Amino acid sequence: MKLGYKAGLLLIAGVLGGCMNAPKPIYSWDNYQDTVYQYYKLETGPEEQIAALKEGIEKAKAKDLPVPPGLHAHLGMLYSNTGHPELAGSEFEAEKVLFPESAPFMEFLQKKLKGGKK
Amino acid sequence: MRHLIALVGLVATLLLAGCAKPVDYDYSAFRQSQPKSILVLLPQNSSPEVNASHGVLSQVTLPLAESGYYVFPVALVEEVFKQNGMTNAHDIQGVSATKLREIFAADAVLYLEVTDYGTSYKVITSESRVTVNGKLVDLKTGQQLWSGSATASSAEGDSGNNGILGMLLQAAITQISHTLSDKSYDIAGVTSARLLSAGRPSGILYGPRSPKYGKEAE
Repeated sequence: MKLGYKAGLLLIAGVLGGCMNAPKPIYSWDNYQDTVYQYYKLETGPEEQIAALKEGIEKAKAKDLPVPPGLHAHLGMLYSNTGHPELAGSEFEAEKVLFPESAPFMEFLQKKLKGGKK
Repeated sequence: MRHLIALVGLVATLLLAGCAKPVDYDYSAFRQSQPKSILVLLPQNSSPEVNASHGVLSQVTLPLAESGYYVFPVALVEEVFKQNGMTNAHDIQGVSATKLREIFAADAVLYLEVTDYGTSYKVITSESRVTVNGKLVDLKTGQQLWSGSATASSAEGDSGNNGILGMLLQAAITQISHTLSDKSYDIAGVTSARLLSAGRPSGILYGPRSPKYGKEAE
């Protein structure tokens, strides 16, 4: 029994050392994907989801890791849906600054905000 | 002694399974395209579980972003389609490449199909299984860059290689994402990590935001 346990540990060490480089994430994920899932499941309200994402941003700062792509934009959408177009606009802007790849899409969304549509 | 031999054998198998280079996978279109950003569309669902598409869609950003790509915010992308009268995966996946490039300016689009999701696929009691097929297409040329398929199951024992590697992968995921009490959603996370993590046999290549970008063996 004990030997099995030791073998297990050794195996894990071997695999980690051998090829799978210990996963060192590029981003601070925290609850981003779970919050997206909650958005679909409708089990928590948008205010709670906003709070969760803001907490995630703080945690990322503390860890000195960037937030994942899409997080600021997703937060912007939640702000927009709850009647805060200014806050939404600045989140879309934040996404654009962090990820220039998103610029055309973020500008598309900002234009929609100004057009009075959500 | 016999234990030791068995152990060495196991380690060797694991290492080989874990590091084996993709055999005969043609990456020439992928390398030529060099996509930086990936648009993931709502997955088609051919499983009986209604949550399947969203369960998988919520889990695909992590492996793709950690592989080095910009991933468009999945829910917001779907919202844009909704406001244009497209509510199901079939309609959304039918949108032309020209139109997608116009709105999102993405380099590549990922089409997904969920074939198994949840406990309905029951071989052993209370098994949760998620299977996803994926196809990555260049939005400028319409050329297919990559395709693959992956499965994960809660019933994977610790006897096979995949089982142990899967557990390691799962451990890596739960380390960085909080788990909910939804088994199929968790399994979907393992499936999408298997399907969409770079550096795996026949998997996608690393993107420009990864430190490993361009360092893969030719």
